[in-house]
Amino acid sequence: MKNLLERLYNGMIKENPTFVLVLGMCPTLAVTTSAKNGLGMGLTTTVVLAMSNLIISALRKVIPSRVRIPAFIVIIATFVTCVELLLKAYLPDLNKALGVYIPLIVVNCIILGRAESYAYSHSMLPSLFDGIGMGLGFSLALTLIGAVRELLGAGTLFEMTVMPEGYVPINIFILAPGAFFVLAVLTAFQNYLKIRAKASGKEVRKPSGCGHDCASCAESGCSSRFYDEKAAEADTETEKEEER
Amino acid sequence: MSEMYKVSANPHIRSKVTTSGIMMAVIIALLPATGFGIYNFGIRALWVILVTVASTVLTEFVYGFCRKKPTISDLSAVVTGLLLALNLPVGIPLWMAALGGVFAILVVKLLFGGLGQNFMNPALGARCFLLISFPAYMTDFACDAYSGATPLAVLKAGGEVNVHDMIMGNVAGTIGETSMIAIIIGACILILLGIIDLKVPGSYIVTFVIFIVLFGGNGLDPRYISAQLAGGGLMLGAFFMATDYVTRPVTPMGQIVFGVFLGIMTGVFRVFGPGAEGVSYAIIIGNLLVPLIEKVTKPAAFGVRRNKG
Repeated sequence: MKNLLERLYNGMIKENPTFVLVLGMCPTLAVTTSAKNGLGMGLTTTVVLAMSNLIISALRKVIPSRVRIPAFIVIIATFVTCVELLLKAYLPDLNKALGVYIPLIVVNCIILGRAESYAYSHSMLPSLFDGIGMGLGFSLALTLIGAVRELLGAGTLFEMTVMPEGYVPINIFILAPGAFFVLAVLTAFQNYLKIRAKASGKEVRKPSGCGHDCASCAESGCSSRFYDEKAAEADTETEKEEER
Repeated sequence: MSEMYKVSANPHIRSKVTTSGIMMAVIIALLPATGFGIYNFGIRALWVILVTVASTVLTEFVYGFCRKKPTISDLSAVVTGLLLALNLPVGIPLWMAALGGVFAILVVKLLFGGLGQNFMNPALGARCFLLISFPAYMTDFACDAYSGATPLAVLKAGGEVNVHDMIMGNVAGTIGETSMIAIIIGACILILLGIIDLKVPGSYIVTFVIFIVLFGGNGLDPRYISAQLAGGGLMLGAFFMATDYVTRPVTPMGQIVFGVFLGIMTGVFRVFGPGAEGVSYAIIIGNLLVPLIEKVTKPAAFGVRRNKG
């Protein structure tokens, strides 16, 4: 049980797909024009991510590793199609707002990344929770970006007017450049929090079972790689060996 | 060995030209255009200028204070603020002018590493930020003295313009762009002091004229050409913003390529674009291409034979 909760925490905070792993930038930048669109996109992706992780994990002993990527894509595409048809039937407005980015969930690298780095080498229940955690982390990030952009760019939040009467919306925030501004500022802010946590002596927890042996570790999306000195050393040593 | 030799690391030859000296010269060169803008548009223009300069300087000061590396004394924030103000319409709400100043200094300049590291002209970056954010306010040139439409907009709509007024500056527009004469006086000061040369502005304006003659639809009509030259931000952009040391190429050949590119882009925006004006977008797009231009036009070092192929 602790392991499952750790997966949720890992996906939402520690290895947040948007702010830490910086994956899936295309939908992040394109659809977050409002908090509602961001939340809708995030939850849709969560469903696909959780289901595909579950199925891939269940089939991991059946899928030969040589053809695993096409197999993953088939599984993911199946769920995306299901979700798209469901959205068209029950939430046509949201489907219209998200447009082509719903079918494009198939190529969202978070989903393929988690299938490759987690679901293919772990059992079903942790994989399911990993998918849910990552999906919720993605939803959280997209909703946050969408909320900031909507607030500044339109003066509303979830389509309710919150800014005072005389507020002049800063249009640029609901256009493409605004997405980059908001993403950059939020990422910088969470890095600042992380650096401060590290400076105050709180040890940044490693993923469960991390042995600093990144070269043979399946967690290709592991964020420790980037600030773990031992891991970095191990990495450069392997590179040197490869060069030889 | 009775004499003591001073041992130091290079550089051993130092120029007396300082950053703040150059910035001071640019401020002085901008004064004619600034003064004319205040004379032309009234006291409100002065307030817009003061608010914009105050916001850029204050942003630079606060950031330097927080980072404990004060950079305020190089005067570059004053130049940015002044240039931005000269690019704003006189009727703009003051808080927008201040927001533009903060954006110019904080986002375009300081977050990319401060003076010398910015990849586009901060004043123009902020102008485009404001133009996209508040299109209604940024293109509303109506004020006490003028009814609204800029000469270029009139020209684009097929109307007649008074070229004499455009050269003097008695027309609608942003605070600092209207008077060709005031800008040329300032440009002459910079050229005489050796701060800028004619490579960028010269190639820019010549290319623009050729483009207008070829594609403007009026052929060699001198009235049309001079109206296009005197109208909009062309003069201000060519002499004061395209020549920004940080965001133009360093290679002499590259500067000419840069100017030609700006001339073509400005012509394309003015002739084929939906709006009447395109100097600021042309210059910031040019700024983004500077690393490429420099790479292509890098001169061969002395004694090095350039590899073919």
